[in-house]
This record gives sequence, structure tokens and C-alpha cells, in this order.
Amino acid sequence: MPEMSVTQAPAPQRQGELLGRGRRDGNRLFKEWYAELDAAAESGDPSAYVFVMGSAAEVLKAFDLNLVFPEINSLQMAVRKVSLEYLNKAEDYGYSTDVCGYVKADVGMHLDGRKHPNGRIPKPSIVVATNMCNTYVKWVEIWQRMYGCKVFVLDIPGQRGIGWSTEPGSDQFENDRRYVQSQLEELIEACVAVTGRPFKIERLQENLAHVNRMAADWSAVLKLNQNIPAPFNAMADGLTYMGVLSAYRGTETGARYMAELREEMEYKVRHGIGTIEHERFRLHGVGPACYSYFRRFLELFQDWGAVYVNSEYLAYAGGGLDLGIQFDVERPLESLAEQLLITGRRSMSNMFFSQDQLADTVRDWKSDGIVYHSVKSCRTVSTGMADSREYLTRIKDVPALFVESDLVDPRLWSEAQFKNRIDAFFEALGARKAAALVAAKG
Amino acid sequence: MAVQVRSAFEAILEECSELAEDVTYPSVRRWREDHPAGHAVGHFQVYFPEELIHAAGMLPVTLMGAGSRLEAKQADSHIGSFVCSICRTSLELGFSGRVGFLDAFYTTPICDVARNLAGIWGRNFKGMTAEILYLPQHANAKQAVPYLRDEYARVLAELERISGRPIEEADLRRSISVYNENRRLLRELYRYKRETPWLLSTTEAYLLAKAGTVMPREDHNEILRSALAEIPNREGRRQDRVRVVFEGGFCEQPPLDMLQLVEEACYIVDDDLLIGMRWIVEDVPETGDPLYALAESYLERSTYSCVQHDDRKPKEEMLLRRVAESGAQAVILAAAKMCEPGLDEQVAYSKTLEEKKIPFLLLDFEEKMTAFERMRMEVETFVESILFD
Ligand code: SF4
Ligand code: SF4
Repeated sequence: MPEMSVTQAPAPQRQGELLGRGRRDGNRLFKEWYAELDAAAESGDPSAYVFVMGSAAEVLKAFDLNLVFPEINSLQMAVRKVSLEYLNKAEDYGYSTDVCGYVKADVGMHLDGRKHPNGRIPKPSIVVATNMCNTYVKWVEIWQRMYGCKVFVLDIPGQRGIGWSTEPGSDQFENDRRYVQSQLEELIEACVAVTGRPFKIERLQENLAHVNRMAADWSAVLKLNQNIPAPFNAMADGLTYMGVLSAYRGTETGARYMAELREEMEYKVRHGIGTIEHERFRLHGVGPACYSYFRRFLELFQDWGAVYVNSEYLAYAGGGLDLGIQFDVERPLESLAEQLLITGRRSMSNMFFSQDQLADTVRDWKSDGIVYHSVKSCRTVSTGMADSREYLTRIKDVPALFVESDLVDPRLWSEAQFKNRIDAFFEALGARKAAALVAAKG
Repeated sequence: MAVQVRSAFEAILEECSELAEDVTYPSVRRWREDHPAGHAVGHFQVYFPEELIHAAGMLPVTLMGAGSRLEAKQADSHIGSFVCSICRTSLELGFSGRVGFLDAFYTTPICDVARNLAGIWGRNFKGMTAEILYLPQHANAKQAVPYLRDEYARVLAELERISGRPIEEADLRRSISVYNENRRLLRELYRYKRETPWLLSTTEAYLLAKAGTVMPREDHNEILRSALAEIPNREGRRQDRVRVVFEGGFCEQPPLDMLQLVEEACYIVDDDLLIGMRWIVEDVPETGDPLYALAESYLERSTYSCVQHDDRKPKEEMLLRRVAESGAQAVILAAAKMCEPGLDEQVAYSKTLEEKKIPFLLLDFEEKMTAFERMRMEVETFVESILFD
């Protein structure tokens, strides 16, 4: 990645307007997006259900489909402290306590007439699931049964094993790309059939260009957090930014938002403004937060002066846009297939084969340690965590904390247990840092 | 005192049972001793095109956990706590050195736990290829067959590298032919189970089939042929029992005791146990490009499972068809604990069966469970409710 250059700083009087803008605007955009969904639920305007890891927004928005992100819906239920009601509905219906809570919270909402605390959710006209999480494929089958909607699985073959990689142009890459591209063509046909609207290649090109800009700025924003102090908390603020990244992918609004966010972060870096008064520890997060107790989850770390400077979540749940993306708008479909393959693969590799790049990220973001948050719902990200942790502490000497709960199921949260482990971790980390300081002074 | 004479069938069954259930893999070790320059390749559930391994002159071995016969001592610190047992004990097979004879390990995208296995395996067992065979998850895509054909070619190239010798088309065709024969014999076995379940129980059929996962298929074909020849001579009287389909054994294996207790109360006339061995339901063409033939057969000549989404095979309809074709009256809907795809599907199946007024019983299991009293009562009550309905 090229070195980040910090652009011209804005005038100081703009500080009040700039600081926190990403959050404020993010929350506003979020409200507007839910309002649009509510309106679509009323009007019956066609909508697509998609997932954060590979939404195919570039294509779907070329048909003006409203995008519904069920994962974000479920997450919002947890943040608003109502997820348990929905989980109970799904469990009463027959879903096991061992089924992913995101799925169950969503099923509960559908059984309840698609009434979400943020507004009504429209019915799906088409649903697109990538294979980035296998549960996506089981989830879409539920809506297919409920609504008889068109289901489209966008299959992106991932990394085959540790040390395996392919470059564009190689036979292996081309085989996978042809497969992805042909699916995109089929997806376009499906969208034409579902919406009755024609496909306009210029629309796709425009969307790709928006994503190019958005991804470049997003990647820059993430990299700005390599600075000390970090200008944003990857777990807390990062979630808002990610929401906009998903919901407004492929739009002018989304691209503008990300450019402005970059401006804000550059300003903060230039003026040494962090997220807390004294940044004592820098953390790298693996796994999502516990959204049912989100505030508390964050406080338990902040109380120790710890800031999440990066998170795997920002990479995989951002659909792999963390390192930017370069669509060639002159050959839109081919380039879309190629880039989806590259970024989608990266997203999956971050979950299944993350060990070496994780060590590099920890080094580059100057993190003091990794927090692995294993969540029962999500076996996709949690299955290999214990092993990855063992590998990184043993081979790379990276301190790590391992905690368990869930994203949306408040029944799996135990604050006392969490706090004990966190406190012990920071005590050890503090001692380690002190020892390193003494050693450095010689 | 009457002397119990073991029938030829019982002798075969005993041998199969010993080989299939022994987690030290005696048959594989013996094969390695007999083939000092040979290689063994392991693959996880559910389906893997073993013909590729076989054509390379290697021994394919299916890893499907270890039931209650192995405690996941080391594996537990390497894998999330909310994960199914089959993945834990499969990993333990690796950590405990029991499958140290493998030169490669393959998994497929049946679920995310299985995909994660490739990473864990690769990080811990150095010197062994550990990969995901990316079976297409968009089964209806126009390019799915050509894509899969090339993905098979990729795996084949890796197997050539390991074996140090090229694999010719003729080798592949020979292997396809051996496996076609194996699938035909297994279909025959299932025909007995369906038509005369009093002559062949599901536990027996299961053990006979499972032995094939740890030995060369030619040998397995021999065993199946001998067993099939004996079945008509077995003594067994038709009983008035409820006929059920057992659904939910596609990946983690239900304990034998569980199958037996179900069979004590009813006839299991069809099931999805070891469905990977029977995934392809017709002969794979033995002419033309063998890799294409295998890829096409995976998608076009195959049965169903909850780990594959295929619009042409809506799973509830497929289950109803299985019920109708086997003349079953009821369904045992099993699911392994912590198994996302299995548990999701269990709900969908149960709603359909409810709608169609087909009696069903939900049973959650774990390969390592050892207490069955409650389950026995549930099954008995279920069967009685059907008999006296
Ligand atoms: S398993 Fe994980 S990635 Fe998949 S739907 Fe559930 S929470 Fe999302
Ligand atoms: S039992 Fe279920 S969750 Fe476990 S590996 Fe098999 S399909 Fe995956």
C-alpha cells in the first residue's frame, strides 16, 4: 500500500463541524436508509435482500433495487435491546438454540410481519447470497420458503489452502473468474426478470466508479488508524462507518461520505486527536462485538485506556474493500468478476487462513495485542479462532485475549466473566509493556 | 448345548464392523505397510470425488469423526466451543497422530466449520497438503460444470505432485468404473433394506457401507458382493413394524446404539447415512473427458442434502419423494448438535411433514453420546402413537 499523504488541513473554525461528522452523518444516512425501506414496504417497490460480505450492490443498484441487509437488521435489534423477543419467536417456531442468532432474530421479525424497531422492512423480490458464509445459503432458503422469492447464490471460490494464491491471468484465476462472471450475467438476467427494468451498462459503470472512490477513501481511513493516537475506534465508530459502506455501496452519497470521513480522520491525525484522553493500549479485534451489551462491551476496554485500532471485522464484513478496489469501468463485467473474486477471497481468507496477514496487521497498526471474541452464533468466524490465537502467541509472540459470548443473544453474556478476563489481560499487558520499556532503556 | 454357527454374512459383517469402527485405522495401516511407496489421502464429509485419489494409485480415507471412541483432548484447545463433535474428533485424529499416515487432507464448503478445518489442519500438521475442494455452491449456474471440471483438474495436479506420477485418462476411467460398481452394489444393498428390511437392518447396511471408507474400493466391492449373495439366505421374518425414513445423518454420524434403538422399534427403510458414497445416483459415463463426467455427475446425477442448495432439488420435496419411494409411514428427523445446516433444515422438514400429515420425530444427537434412555422412550412413544393412531 502506498504511504498515506495527509491532505490540506481545514481551517480551525471548522473543527466543531468536522469532529464526529462521520458518526453524525452515518447515523443520519442510516435513518434515511431505513425510512426508504419503510416506504418500499408500503409501496411494494422491489427490494433485494443481500449480505454484508458480498452484496453485489453494483449490479442491484443498477436496477434501483432497495437493498435490505438482514445482518444489519439483526444487529440493530440487539443494539436496541429487543433481540431476545425475536429470538424467542424463532425458537418457539422450532429453531434450535444452536442456530445462528442473526438468522433467528430475522426469522422472528418475519414471523412478526417484518416490523423492525427501525421501521417496516419490505418483502424480498430477489435475494442474493454469496458463499462467504455458508449460513447465508441456509438463511436465504428460509425466505424462499416464506415468500417464494428468487434466490441467487453468488459463488466465489475462495483460497484453497495456506500458501495458495493465484494472480489474474493465471489459468486457475481465469477458471474461477469465468465462473463468477457468468454468474453475474445470470444475476443481471434475474434482475431484469424480477424488476421488469432494462439493464443499462452505463448505470453499472457509474456504480463501479463510485465504489472505486469509496474503497480508496475507506482504505485510507483504515490506514490513518496506524497513527498514535488512533483517530477512531475500529469497534465502535467502525461499525457506523461499515454500515454506510454496506448500505451506500455503489452510490454517490456513499462515495462522498467516505471522502468526508477521510477528511475528518486526516484532520484528527494532523492535530493528534484520539478517541480517548490517554491511549494506553492499542488493540486489534478478531470477531464482532457483543451488540446486546455493546456499550458495556466497549467500556470494559475503554476503562483500561484501550482503543481498538483495527478489526478483522472491518476487512471481512466490508466485503474485502479494506485494501481498496480498482474496477476498470471500461470492461465493467469482467472487471467486476475479477475484483469480486479478489476481494471476496480476501474476505474469506481473513476468516479461514488469517494467521500471517493478521500478524502483519498487528505490526503495522502498532497493536499491543489481539482480542479474540468468539461468538456462538457465528461459527464462520469463531471456529478457527482458538487455533489462530495459539499460533500467533506461540509463533509470533503476539499477546492475545480470548473471550466468548454472542452478537445478538443476551443470554450468552456474562459480564463478571468478561471483566475478570479483560482485567487480567490488561494487567499482564501493562507489565509486558513496562518490561519492554525498561529493556529499551537498557 | 447347541453350538452357535456364525453365518458367512455374520463373518463379513463382523469384519466390516471392526474395520469401520476402529479409530486406529488398521486397514489403512496395513495398506501402507503393503505399499511402502503408496500414499493415503483423507477427506472430510460429505462428498469427495474419490475417483481422483484412486486413479493416482492412492488410498482414499474418509474422516468422519470418532464417535465416543476418542476424546477431543488436544483438539478442544484449537477449535471453538460451539462446534459440532465430528469436527472436534476429526481434528483429534490428527493431533493424536492416528491419521499420521495421510499425505493430504481435503475438506469442502459444506459449512463454515468444515471450511475452517483446512486452516486449522494446515497450521498444525505441516508437510501435509490441507485444502478446500471448492465444490460449486451455485449448483444451477451455467458454468458450474466447466468450473468444477477445472477445479477437479487442480486437485488432480496436486495429487500427481504428491504421488510423483502422471494420472492418465485411462486411470481415471478405470477408477470411475470401480466406483460405478461400488455405487451399484450400494444401491442393491439399499434395495434390500427398502424391500425386505427384516433381512437387512440399517445398522448392518451402514457398517457394510462404512467399511468402504477405509479400504480400496475393489476390496469393498468384493465384500459387498459376498454380503449381497448371503442376504437372501438369511433367516428373518417380516414383522408388523412402522416403516420410517431416517434423515439427518449426512455428516456427523449418529452413534450405532442410536440407530439400533430406533430399529428395535421400527424398520428404517431409507436414510441419508454416508450419503456421500451414494451421492451420485446413476453410473458416471465411462467415455469422454472423465473429469467432466465426474463434475457433471456431481451436479446432474445426484441426490440431495441440506448442505447443497439446488433449485432443482427443493429439499422438502426430495424428502417427500424419499418417503414415498421407500413406502415409509413416518420420518425420524435427526440433527447433530451445533450443526447449523442440519438444524436449519430440521425446521423446514418438520413444517412440510406437518403440512402433509406425515408423522415425524425430532431427535438431536451427538456422535459421542452414550446415554439413550430418554431417546428410547421418545422413539417408543412415537411408534406407539403411530400404531395406535
Ligand atoms: S454465521 Fe456469522 S457470518 Fe454467517 S450469518 Fe451468522 S453471524 Fe453472519
Ligand atoms: S455436522 Fe454440520 S456443522 Fe458439523 S461439519 Fe458437518 S455439516 Fe458442518
